[in-house]
Amino acid sequence: MRRLLFAALLFQVSLLVPVAGLAEEEVPEYKLVLKNHKFTPAEITIPADKKVRFVIENRDDTPDEFDSRDLNREKVVMGNSKGMVYIGPLKPGRYKFRGEYHEATAQGVVIVK
Amino acid sequence: MLATAVIVFREVLEAALIIGIIAAATRTIPRSRRWLAGGVLAGLCGAALVAGFADVIGNLANGIGQEIFNATVLGVAVLMLAWHNIWMASHGAQLAANAKAVSKDIRDGGSELSAVLVIVGLAVLREGSETVLFLYGIAAGGNGGGASMLTGGIVGVLMGVAVGYLVYAGLLRIPLRWFFSATGVLVLLLAAGMASQSARFLVQADLLPSLTTPLWDTSNILPEDSMTGMLLHSLIGYDARPAGMQLVFYFCALIVIGTGMKWVAHRHPAKKKA
Repeated sequence: MRRLLFAALLFQVSLLVPVAGLAEEEVPEYKLVLKNHKFTPAEITIPADKKVRFVIENRDDTPDEFDSRDLNREKVVMGNSKGMVYIGPLKPGRYKFRGEYHEATAQGVVIVK
Repeated sequence: MLATAVIVFREVLEAALIIGIIAAATRTIPRSRRWLAGGVLAGLCGAALVAGFADVIGNLANGIGQEIFNATVLGVAVLMLAWHNIWMASHGAQLAANAKAVSKDIRDGGSELSAVLVIVGLAVLREGSETVLFLYGIAAGGNGGGASMLTGGIVGVLMGVAVGYLVYAGLLRIPLRWFFSATGVLVLLLAAGMASQSARFLVQADLLPSLTTPLWDTSNILPEDSMTGMLLHSLIGYDARPAGMQLVFYFCALIVIGTGMKWVAHRHPAKKKA
């Protein structure tokens, strides 16, 4: 049984490797900067029905978490570093996001058209 | 202070629920308490390490290290929950019948107890590392709120632990003949929910296709940041806007583990009556 579980684990890990190579198609990239716990731009427009990539650059010294219930995404971005998140394809609409660790100021919205 | 408490509570809740359920499910296994405590300790150390190396982890694999790490931690937790449930399905009836006369197999239940340690440890590690990063952020931000932050953090942890304990105490009130089926189903749903979360991270990192996002949107009826939503999210993997891939993982875990439990229970019919 233990061996079986181990084999299953190996299988799971081995799955990840080739799939990573396949997903190399060109995806439009959007940049978000977090500075003084605020997002710039705080409003970002992306096309509908298309997968995009957000690169979140945190220029503060402290970590924050790019967090969005609307987009169903969560990503910790350390201080003075970048994080990348894939989003969509999405239907048209407004999708709010925030920096969870500094909710009071770090707010933004993705507009999908 | 309140904001800090709420965020810490949100992070702690999931780990607390997992520990509450596992503590209840393993209460008749000798020495399980010690292993549970060991898991919490190991998890706390792990959380500090992960938080300390968050930069390194995040930069692995072209910036998707965090997603791969989270998905792997969740994947291992799912396997351990599966192992635990299948083990319980074959020994549970015996444990229920007479805790004192358990077989040598159960007394030496090292493999099962190490699964318990890993499950608890990983739950604490995953939620704990984010809590550490968050608190570090506030502390380093220097808004002069050190003491209030500490209070908030402690209140958040205590609230989380209280909910975990309530679940534990509630489960213990279930009559013995239903007890093992009830905890079995709970653990099964926990595992399926984690499988779904791990799929979400793999989609977020673009390692897997989303297969429609979102598959449905119930955020108006039952938002995920409401208390009920949070509980259901942690307990059965409720997601207000899941990707299709999450459902695939959810049901695969449900079917595979459920079948394993049934299969093992059939192979030990004699023990069931013991």
